[in-house]
This record gives sequence, structure tokens and C-alpha cells, in this order.
Amino acid sequence: MSRFLHIARRDVRLAFRQGIGGLMAVMFFVLAVVLFPFGVGPEVNMLARISAGVIWVAALLASMLSLEQLFQTDFEDGSLELLALTPMPLEVVVLAKVTAHWLTTGLPLIAAAPLLALLLHMNTDGFAVLIVALALGTLSLSLIGAVGAALILGSRRGGVLLSLLILPLYIPVLIFGVGAVDAALAGFTVRPQLLVLGAFFLAALPLCPWASAAALRQAME
Amino acid sequence: MDRGFSESVSAFLDMGGYAAFVWPSFAITAVVLVGMLVASLRWLRSTEAALAALQAERGAKRGAGEAAGEA
Amino acid sequence: MIQRFANPNRFMRLSAAVVPWMAGATMILGAAGLYLGLFQAPADYQQGESVRIMYVHVPAAWMALFCYTSMAAASATALIWKHPLADLAARSTAPIGICFTFLALITGSLWGKPMWGTWWVWDARLTSVLVLFFLYLGYMALVNAFDDPARGAKAAAVLALVGFVNVPIIKFSVDWWNSLHQPASVLKLGGPSIHPSMLAPLLLMALAFTTYYFWVLLVRLRAEIISGKIRAIRLRQVHG
Repeated sequence: MSRFLHIARRDVRLAFRQGIGGLMAVMFFVLAVVLFPFGVGPEVNMLARISAGVIWVAALLASMLSLEQLFQTDFEDGSLELLALTPMPLEVVVLAKVTAHWLTTGLPLIAAAPLLALLLHMNTDGFAVLIVALALGTLSLSLIGAVGAALILGSRRGGVLLSLLILPLYIPVLIFGVGAVDAALAGFTVRPQLLVLGAFFLAALPLCPWASAAALRQAME
Repeated sequence: MDRGFSESVSAFLDMGGYAAFVWPSFAITAVVLVGMLVASLRWLRSTEAALAALQAERGAKRGAGEAAGEA
Repeated sequence: MIQRFANPNRFMRLSAAVVPWMAGATMILGAAGLYLGLFQAPADYQQGESVRIMYVHVPAAWMALFCYTSMAAASATALIWKHPLADLAARSTAPIGICFTFLALITGSLWGKPMWGTWWVWDARLTSVLVLFFLYLGYMALVNAFDDPARGAKAAAVLALVGFVNVPIIKFSVDWWNSLHQPASVLKLGGPSIHPSMLAPLLLMALAFTTYYFWVLLVRLRAEIISGKIRAIRLRQVHG
């Protein structure tokens, strides 16, 4: 457990040491959302109608930005192999790194989301659900993303490849994330959508670290 | 040519007015599947030829080496 | 059973014997399916003659799923038993599968135009097949993204399994999403209530597509094995 915290803390610290670079994902998130009023026009009803979808799609893309680096530097400087030699299972290493990724990417996205919802004239009824859905959803996104990040290690053209691998797998999270917010805005119950998002997270929690660890072992062979 | 026959042929080709959708579907399917098959067969032929050339080259070298050994 | 086919020489002999049978079966089944589908099967009372697109669309969609399933099964075999042919089988299946997926999308679009009035509808089935197409694309991109083909095959095997686990989840999500945004008039394509005179050509075409798949798969596997041999010979030459 202490090793788990050690790795997570190290990764978070590394992200913040980059200064403004550590906040790149959330800046991209804000910019991508702000582009939409220019694209579809500033009409209030239109923006309110698409707000949930726009915020979710932008969050998806933003959380993918820093994924490429998740294992890359550790893989190149050999520290990944050192981590693999410790008695701690590689799955736990992955989980620690995913936790760090979520803390440095998912959490800032959640914090910025209400501000963007305001800019897009989303009804305030949806704010709480948006935050809860994003919290559940970004956890799954980080977990699924770790599999892609492990698979592309050592490949040519990593970043574009990663998006090709990961984005189709993000679709279910997107559907239920937007569904929850839209249900809240329409005054329906959001329980089923949030339960499904929770189920995705619970399924991804054991499966994704397992698959990423398998991919990491192959990359280090 | 029998008039009834040619009429039934043109009725068949017309596909009840859906000719523009039915025939392209079958045509694209045929083109893609035949294309895939031909590409695979060509690839196989080219690898077979390359292997045969390599083996012939090796055989020739071995033969030359043995001849040199005998002399 | 599995180990028996591990020997490439035995596989080469076996596949050489099987390929002509697959080729013949594809031709006969395809000709029979086309004859029944185009000449014998009746037009649909609602969709008219356009229903004949079903005889290529539905088998192509089935094969798209079948190929992905085979790819995942071969990948699992490769990862668990380190079977040398399984890697090659998974890699050889992908381009065939993506062809079928592409055909399912195109013929679905051509069928949808007269039925729905537009080339594309975000119908649950079509959307799921579109996502499947992207899964295939990702797999093929990953296989070819490494300088070492063995590493590409292994990474792609993991991806195929992850994708396979996700296919039902994606299907479930898309169905749910589609039920929320139901288009005004939905015509069910290829529903369960199919008349036997339509079922016969459908099944014949599906069988023809299946034998076609095995035919092309064996041809590609043979080519992969020979390429491997060539690589080995070249390596030996370089190293003396």
C-alpha cells in the first residue's frame, strides 16, 4: 500500500513539476468547449441543448491528451523495468499510475466543468449530476486509457494510434455520461445512468490494470 | 429476339424501381470480395516465387561449394 | 488437437488440400444463393425488390462479427498457449473482417436510402457496426505500428481481447442510446419474421461468405508462413 502511494505521489509530483504543462489537459478542455459557440452560434437555446454532449466529448479528448506519457518516460528510461522487478504486482503499479493520471487530469476537468456548463447556459439543475457523472466517467476513462497507453509502447506514431485504439472504447462512457446529464435536465431520474457508469467503473477496475500489465510485460520482453 | 423475354429481362434489371440501390450493393460486394481474394492470391504467388528463388540460389551456392571441396 | 496444427509443414500440406474445396464450396454456395436470392425469392410486400439487398447485407454483418470473434479467439490462443499459427491467424483475419464490415455499412446505407429516405440513420445496428469498423481499424493500425512484427502481434492480441469484451457493452450502450433518440419511422431491417423462401438464399449466402472467409484466410496464412520462412533464410544469410 505504501509503495502504491509512493508511485502515485511521485507521478503527481512529476506532473506538477512541469508547471503549466501539468494543466495542459484542462486548458485544452476549456478551449475545445469555448470553440463551440463560434461553431454553432451563440444562441442560448442551442447551446443549452448541446451543452452536456459538448462538455463530455471535450472531456473525453482532453483526458486522452496526457495518456501517451503515462508509461512512456518510465519505459524509455528503464524505471518501468525496475518497478516490474519489485515484489509488488505490475497491476498495482498500473493502478497507482492511473490514480495519479486521474488526480492530475480527471479532477481538474471536473473542477472546470461547472464553469463551462455556465458558459454554455446549461440549466443549473444539471450541474450536480454533471459533476457526479464526470467523476464516475473520468475514472473509467483513465483506466481504459491505461490499456491503450501500455499497448503503444515502442510503436511508431504513438499519439494518433492511441486515439484510434481508445476512442471507440470510450463510447459507452460517453453515452451514459451525457444520458445522465440530459435526464437530469429533463427532470427524469438519473439513477439508472449513474448506476451503469458505476458498473463500468467497477468492471474496468480489475480488468484494465490486468490488461495493461499484460501489455507492459510484452513491451518489456 | 422474343419481345416478352427482353421485357422480363428489363423488368428484372429494373428491380421494381430499386435498381440504383440493389445492383450497386451486389456490385460493391463482388468488387470488394474479389479484390480481397485476388490481392491475397497475388501475395501468396509473390512469396512463393521469392522463396523458390532464394532456395534455388542457396542450392546453387551449396553445389558450387561442394564442387570446390572435391577439387 | 491444437498442437497438431502447430507444425507449419503439416499446416502447409493440410491447407493445400483444403483450399480447393473451400474455393469450390464458395463458388457453388454463392451461385446458388445468388440464383435463389435474385430470381426465386419473392419481393417483400413492404420493401419491394429492395429487400434483395438483405442477401448481401445481413451475411456481411454476420461475418463482420464472426471475423472479430475468430480474431479474439485466435488472439486468446496465441496469448495463452503461445501457438505460433494463432498469431498469424488473428492478423490474417483482420483485413477480411474489415472488408465484411465495410460491406455491411455500404450495403446498409444503400438499403437505407430507399427505406428511410437518407443514406445514413443512427440506427442501433448500423451504429454498432460502425464502431466495430473502428475497432478493426485500431487493431490493424496497432499490428503494423511496430518494427518487430512479433511485438505488434502480441500487442494486437491484447487489444483484440479488450475490444471483444467491449463489443457487447458497446452494443448495449448504443441500443440504449438509440431507444432514447428513436427516429420517427423505423423500419426493422432483417427482423426475425422472415419467410422461408427468403431464409434459404440468406443462409446460402452466409455459408458462401463463411467458406470465402476460410478460403482467403488459408491463402493469407500460407503467404504469412512463407514470408516467415523467407525472413528466417535472409537472417541466416546475414549472420553467415
